[in-house]
Amino acid sequence: MLQIRNLHVKVGGKEILRGLSLEVRAGEVHAIMGPNGSGKSTLAQVLAGHENYDVTGEVLYQGKDLLALSPEERAVAGVFLAFQYPVEIPGVGNLYFLRTALNALRKQRGLEELDAMDFLAVAKERMKLVEMDQSFMSRSVNEGFSGGEKKRNEIFQMAVLEPTLAILDETDSGLDIDALRVVARGVNALRSQDRAMLVITHYQRLLDYIVPDRVHVIANGRIVRSGDKDLALELEKHGYAGFEQGGVAGATP
Amino acid sequence: MATNTEVREIANRKYQYGFVTDLETDVVPRGLNEGVIRLISSKKNEPQWMLDWRLKAYRHWSKLAKSEAEPKWANVHYPPIDYQDIIYYSAPKPKTPGPKSLDEVDPEVLAMFNKLGISLAEQGRLSGIAVDAIVDSVSVGTTFKKKLAEVGVIFCSFSEAVQDHPDLVKKYLGSVVPYTDNYFATLNSAVFTDGSFCFVPKGVRCPMELSTYFRINAADTGQFERTLIVAEEGAYVSYLEGCTAPMRDKNQLHAAVVELVALDGAQIKYSTVQNWYPGDAEGRGGIYNFVTKRGKCAGANSKISWTQVETGSAITWKYPSVILQGDNSVGEFYSVALTNNRQQADTGTKMIHIGKNTRSTILSKGISAGRGQNTYRGLVKILKSATGARNHTQCDSLLLSDQCGAHTFPYIEVKNPTAQIEHEASTSKISEDQLFYCRQRGIREEDAVSMIVNGFCREVFKELPMEFAVEAQKLLSVSLEGSVG
Repeated sequence: MLQIRNLHVKVGGKEILRGLSLEVRAGEVHAIMGPNGSGKSTLAQVLAGHENYDVTGEVLYQGKDLLALSPEERAVAGVFLAFQYPVEIPGVGNLYFLRTALNALRKQRGLEELDAMDFLAVAKERMKLVEMDQSFMSRSVNEGFSGGEKKRNEIFQMAVLEPTLAILDETDSGLDIDALRVVARGVNALRSQDRAMLVITHYQRLLDYIVPDRVHVIANGRIVRSGDKDLALELEKHGYAGFEQGGVAGATP
Repeated sequence: MATNTEVREIANRKYQYGFVTDLETDVVPRGLNEGVIRLISSKKNEPQWMLDWRLKAYRHWSKLAKSEAEPKWANVHYPPIDYQDIIYYSAPKPKTPGPKSLDEVDPEVLAMFNKLGISLAEQGRLSGIAVDAIVDSVSVGTTFKKKLAEVGVIFCSFSEAVQDHPDLVKKYLGSVVPYTDNYFATLNSAVFTDGSFCFVPKGVRCPMELSTYFRINAADTGQFERTLIVAEEGAYVSYLEGCTAPMRDKNQLHAAVVELVALDGAQIKYSTVQNWYPGDAEGRGGIYNFVTKRGKCAGANSKISWTQVETGSAITWKYPSVILQGDNSVGEFYSVALTNNRQQADTGTKMIHIGKNTRSTILSKGISAGRGQNTYRGLVKILKSATGARNHTQCDSLLLSDQCGAHTFPYIEVKNPTAQIEHEASTSKISEDQLFYCRQRGIREEDAVSMIVNGFCREVFKELPMEFAVEAQKLLSVSLEGSVG
């Protein structure tokens, strides 16, 4: 589903990803781990199409050149990013925003748009997944939400938009253990044969709840080691120190 | 709420009201002098007192004009207006002498209003709203008059009111905005040609929304209308106002006066969606919208609420105000003003607190795009007599380009130590992060901007009557067209 080959990414002349390669097949969940400044979030932003980066290399998504698409075209193609810092949009209702997004995607895919009632039925059902209260829905997008509420809202949006490739950028950071469980349950419910997920995290603890098929360690802009879920446990014990040796110093975002 | 598709369709449209209708018109010679005023008055078959009032105003204006008293303090810039180059009266010629009912209105005029989306047929789309339709200088028809008369509400053109209800007009005309008030109001007092008159008697809640639709059609004319609304003790009325004009290269002057009077316990809600032709992207043409709007809460416990959405006009100069004379009276001002391309707006309000425990709320949302210049100018004045007065003001500005401007001039004068005044202000831009977030969810950039701007205005839109709120949202999207990128 996703093939990344020799990806180099610069921002402001500074190289952050230095020849990263990765392959994710449909139905798989891959965890991307690594220390601060290793380039994890940059990878997420680049895959979603953020325009602040200078990108070379090749990214194929369902066999097509992902890098040639605008952010909204990538969304239509089924790419979803759960943001590390979801933005607030004052005055725009949470449900209204999501219905606008869903209908934009449906329209581009040649599907009929959902009216308010049909949409509400879908939304209500998916809300249960992340145990969100209905009072959330009439509030403005992320405005006044706690950190945990924002993250749950991201997973809720993912559940409604049903992406093919979901990228979760540190969705666990800032969550207490209960919220973490709720988020993980939401993510697990969305695992399926035709959906791939990239779960970016600092800590092993998320992977107790979302068990990955593969774990990759990024250091200094490259994948330095890949393995199964046991690799995460190893990291938990020994830290990232061993992986950073031999890399180029000072690779911070 | 408008769906994204609707918004997109609308965003692809240009100013859609810019057409000209070929109407046979009755015009007076270009320029302004006593003769022209007498001519206008005689065309309208006015009583002597009305002509006298006009002439007093005209003489006062001539003095002001000589002393160059045209207001210069506003943060707007335009070449001098040649008042002798304006046609002060233009009326579509009735096909039959003096149409007495809507059935006799010129079909061309009806067709023009249909094209504007305003049905003058009483069984039409806006069946819950009574409309007074004004083209250039005169009212061409008022709907639902009979139904309103059954409950004692008078709703008619100003000219008819002068003929049929002279005592009411004499009593209230100029009682809120005297003919000496300011340069443009004085000019209007001399040459006003028509407008709407509304009287809601004691204890009556007006059963439907009232509205006036203003249309400038003829070239080189100015539009000078007056609206007078009186709500007696305990009465309630909600009034809407909409306006459009053809696209022309030359600027046209619109100098209106609106007076509202609320007696004890009365409530007047006045909403405007102003969409005069704004000029082209280079700033050629467009309407100069120099308007004086003021309400007087004359009675205790009365309330006047202004809501305006200003998206049109080359220049807007407008300060809908409330004089809070009655004890416990309430004044409100909710405003969205958008300037795109080369548009300029200097708008805001005055809240004059005279009575005890009077309260006022000001919520102003300014949006600047392109090279637009947007100024909020407000005065909150607490007189010595206004014990326990309160005001809350919030002014928010949103900037959409790096060449536009937002300016805020809040004046606060407090003469009573018990007053409580709050002022909040903010200036923001649509952030890259907000846009990226929307686009990542599949929403196109232009739609995202329109959504974010509509969100910014939501607190004001929710004050508008339902039909107008939808209209206002669509209008914002259209007006923002081309402002992205």
